[in-house]
Amino acid sequence: MTDAATPKAAVPAGRVGAYPDAPDAVARAFDVMRTTRAAEADGLNLVLWYDREHAAKAARDVQAALDEGQDLGPLAGVPFVAKDNIATLNLPTTCASRILAGYVSPFEATVITRMERGGAVLVGKTNCDEFAMGSSTEHSAYGPARNPLDPTRVPGGSSGGSAGAVAAGIVRVALGSETGGSVRQPASFCGVVGVKPTYGRVSRYGLVAFASSLDQIGIFGAGVDDAATALELVAGRDPLDSTSADIPVPRYREAAQRSVAGLVIGRPKEYFPPSLDPRIAALCDRALTRMRELGADVRDVSLPHTDLAVPAYYIIAPAEASSNLARFDGARYGRRVPAAGLRATYEATRSDGFGSEVTRRILLGTYVLSAGYYDAYYKKAQEVRTLIAEDFQMVFASGVDVLFTPTAPTTAFPIGAKVGDPYAMYLSDIFTVTANLAGIPGMSLPIGRVDGLPVGGQLLAPHFDELTMFTLAYNLERVLGQDAHR
Amino acid sequence: MAVTRDDVLRVATLARLALDEARIPALVAELNGILAHMEELSAADTTGVCGISGVGDAGLPLREDSGPQLSLATSRESFAPAMRDSFFLVPRLATHGDSADEVP
Amino acid sequence: MSAAPRAAAGAEPVQYEMVVGLEVHVQLKTRTKLFCGCPTKFGALPNANTCPVCLGLPGTLPVLNYAAVQLGVRAAHALCCAVNDLSTFARKNYFYPDLPKGYQITQYERPLAECGWLVIGKNPDDTPITIGVTRVHLEEDAGKSLHDRYRGATALDLNRAGVPLIEVVSEPELRTAKDAGAFLRVLKQLLEYIGVSDVNMEEGSLRVDANISTRAAGDTVLGTKTEVKNLNSFSAVERAIEAEFARQQAALATGTTVEQQTMLWDAAAGEVRPARSKEDSHDYRYFPEPDLPPLVLSQDWVRKAKEELPELPSAKRTRFAKDYSLGDADIEVLTANIALADYYETVARGHEDPKSAANWVMGELLATLRATETPITAFRVRPIDLARLLDLVRAGRLSHSAAKRVFANMAETGDRPEEVAERQGLLQVSDDGAIAAWVAEVIAESPKEWERYRAGEQKLLGVLVGQAMKKSKGRADPKKLNQSFSARAAG
Repeated sequence: MTDAATPKAAVPAGRVGAYPDAPDAVARAFDVMRTTRAAEADGLNLVLWYDREHAAKAARDVQAALDEGQDLGPLAGVPFVAKDNIATLNLPTTCASRILAGYVSPFEATVITRMERGGAVLVGKTNCDEFAMGSSTEHSAYGPARNPLDPTRVPGGSSGGSAGAVAAGIVRVALGSETGGSVRQPASFCGVVGVKPTYGRVSRYGLVAFASSLDQIGIFGAGVDDAATALELVAGRDPLDSTSADIPVPRYREAAQRSVAGLVIGRPKEYFPPSLDPRIAALCDRALTRMRELGADVRDVSLPHTDLAVPAYYIIAPAEASSNLARFDGARYGRRVPAAGLRATYEATRSDGFGSEVTRRILLGTYVLSAGYYDAYYKKAQEVRTLIAEDFQMVFASGVDVLFTPTAPTTAFPIGAKVGDPYAMYLSDIFTVTANLAGIPGMSLPIGRVDGLPVGGQLLAPHFDELTMFTLAYNLERVLGQDAHR
Repeated sequence: MAVTRDDVLRVATLARLALDEARIPALVAELNGILAHMEELSAADTTGVCGISGVGDAGLPLREDSGPQLSLATSRESFAPAMRDSFFLVPRLATHGDSADEVP
Repeated sequence: MSAAPRAAAGAEPVQYEMVVGLEVHVQLKTRTKLFCGCPTKFGALPNANTCPVCLGLPGTLPVLNYAAVQLGVRAAHALCCAVNDLSTFARKNYFYPDLPKGYQITQYERPLAECGWLVIGKNPDDTPITIGVTRVHLEEDAGKSLHDRYRGATALDLNRAGVPLIEVVSEPELRTAKDAGAFLRVLKQLLEYIGVSDVNMEEGSLRVDANISTRAAGDTVLGTKTEVKNLNSFSAVERAIEAEFARQQAALATGTTVEQQTMLWDAAAGEVRPARSKEDSHDYRYFPEPDLPPLVLSQDWVRKAKEELPELPSAKRTRFAKDYSLGDADIEVLTANIALADYYETVARGHEDPKSAANWVMGELLATLRATETPITAFRVRPIDLARLLDLVRAGRLSHSAAKRVFANMAETGDRPEEVAERQGLLQVSDDGAIAAWVAEVIAESPKEWERYRAGEQKLLGVLVGQAMKKSKGRADPKKLNQSFSARAAG
């Protein structure tokens, strides 16, 4: 299975039919999916919803269009999966929550429309932490997902199902979402590439909101090129999302041809604390050495407010979540638990529908917004957020092009290891939440292994400079070669 | 600013969550545990710092005052828990006598 | 907070005064909703005007309607507010079944506009009574809950959910219920004039909540306020304020404190009573709406919107006095609403005599509208046709009473006055030949009367003219007949 995560040769850009026959590719995706379900007693539980018939038909339609000579672009006929919090027309969108059991959205997300317009074929909706709240994909109403590289361990989260689906070889491309690292951290745990674009780069229309000011749709790829190709397809202004930016989308795949010579890479000391596993630090330094060998300039830098990121994040995200999840009241859609009277029905519906982590965060978020606490918590956290964003602005203004850090402080941990201690779980996000708070792009790519488990290196770039980030990523992937996976 | 049992109950009421009696002590402890870490924030000097909510100083894009009305691929009945004569139905809101349901 | 009773033994009973502020919600006249493209039209089938966005389906996002901003800014200018170059949206969180997202998108910390005023009348010494306008902000409406349609169930119609509103908040500067009523009437007229709203209380496009507190006259500290809701007419507002003031006065006089709470007006009982509400319903947990970046308006745009502001009622009143030499009472009637004022002005411009135009509009026209319960916008007589009708009267081609008959027919048919008068044979004949012939006939048939008239009995002229009118079947111009008889007598 690890073979599937190994980057294959980059797919030539724009050549129709570069991928194998679409129905074939989709059939193979389903065949692999089946093995992941059969692998263990309860399988890896990566994909929650799928419809083989429907996907096969979509693949035939794409193939027919290609056979007619239509140029759909480089993702034509490519199977992909999407996290279960992204609205799709033909498969359920439950956010891995009981409160949305059986809910099929009557509209679809802009990213799905754009992927399908490019000929990609949706083959499944993936498991995740309920409403994307978690770092391990254990908080799913449909049972935990497992890491394909070691089924006793978590795939990371919250987009663990999408990361795992790429690692298991079901697909080369997957959509996930990030609020505090939910794409980059599972990418790191599963040994795949995970990209969180700049806030506003990709439309959020159709992404079920967790914390609206932090949420961004992200992309998993088996290799850098897969992710760059998919991002190019889905990025860009969407009139249905007021926070989507009207900024032209560069050809990210052209970054493959760029050199890192002269690029300034910052190594922020706060991301390499003395407590960091020295083996992870060593893999990071190996990657930096390789970059230096290719002509990049590596500098030590400092982002002094990094320590405040997790506390600020765990005020802002639950606060927004408490409001975003108010709509799940069983009145217009979703699962209703009847009780005597309206209020009792609300409470029965919500208490039964939400799992423990979601309940905890709604309570926390409601508390920090409630009368008398707003200034001390929410307002203060937003001010601290400004400080964190300014840290990045200053470093990038000083001539640093990209930052390089570990993606997560650990490798994939065993299932059950952290569920009892919410704050320990929250610390999994310690290196990733900063990018969400500042709105900058970030990505994780494999840089080696510790005890056979993947370690991800994180790249962070200035707003809307995904191109530079990809330039470094393409070069790093190339120069590390198989070292990234052993 | 320790979170009390009453705080948790008050907040649960605001959020329309009925809490299991048995879970309340644990929730009080968990919230206190999480918020204890948040006290680090109060130590940060934010004098003169404005809060941000999201990014994008590009301002707010506006839409023309015209359609199209966004469509629904399936009928409202297909996703609504209860509908009659095109109305969504919910259990009756007590308008008299019942102090549980308030007027907004 | 509460004003303490001050009834010292033997002293005069304490005089109390009311302190009233109003919150007025006005539906803006846009084609589509505030944050989605659904139509705002009243009267559609339940939930027909809903889409994923206004149903609050998971994954949807708001996109602000330009026209709502435009109308909101226009209202702000008319209320003399300062328009903020940067305003922000916020979420007001509460659970209610007709609030699809579980929060209302409104403006909180930085509203669209602030610090305005409205002149609501004159003091006895002719100085204007000015009431401060605290703020004008944009927000979305909620849907409708129908509690009595089905047994045991509340029915939700979300067609109104997401319809754009402005909320106009007055300063607590109103001191009488009458002034509160005046504020609302002047506000309604103003908003209607500038075309931002239909301001129709029956259809719910204007809704009012009143904040009321009571204090001993002369106190500067405000008493505890209550908010009175469910006010569905201007007179209900006035009566509810009086009732709540009486209740608060009684409480203070007996040393009871006034509790801060929401009250409901019961029009049938003529009293206010507390809404059952928990404390928590007031903890709205406002925070900035992350789905909408701040609304930034350029100074140029704001200035231009001010320049393009239509004529306001006060300016129109001044101009009508100057241009048409009308008295205050007439102007009051004619400028009551913009449609009537526009109608009058078209008539007045199309006809030489603005005073007679005013008399017709205030007399026949308003009477007809009232009798037929027709809004002026649906009235079949075009103002230019009314002007033509008045021209015919002035030219002596229609008698005043014939003109009334013609007007009545025009109101039914929408036909032109000449056509109607012709059809009904009401046009006066002033043709010299015809007049001379009728005069000659009368002289031939009534030689005695004619002779007496010639001999100087002036009063017989009326008799002769009357006979001639009869001969003409009422169509002859009486003035011409007069002239003709007297000319022949002299000749």
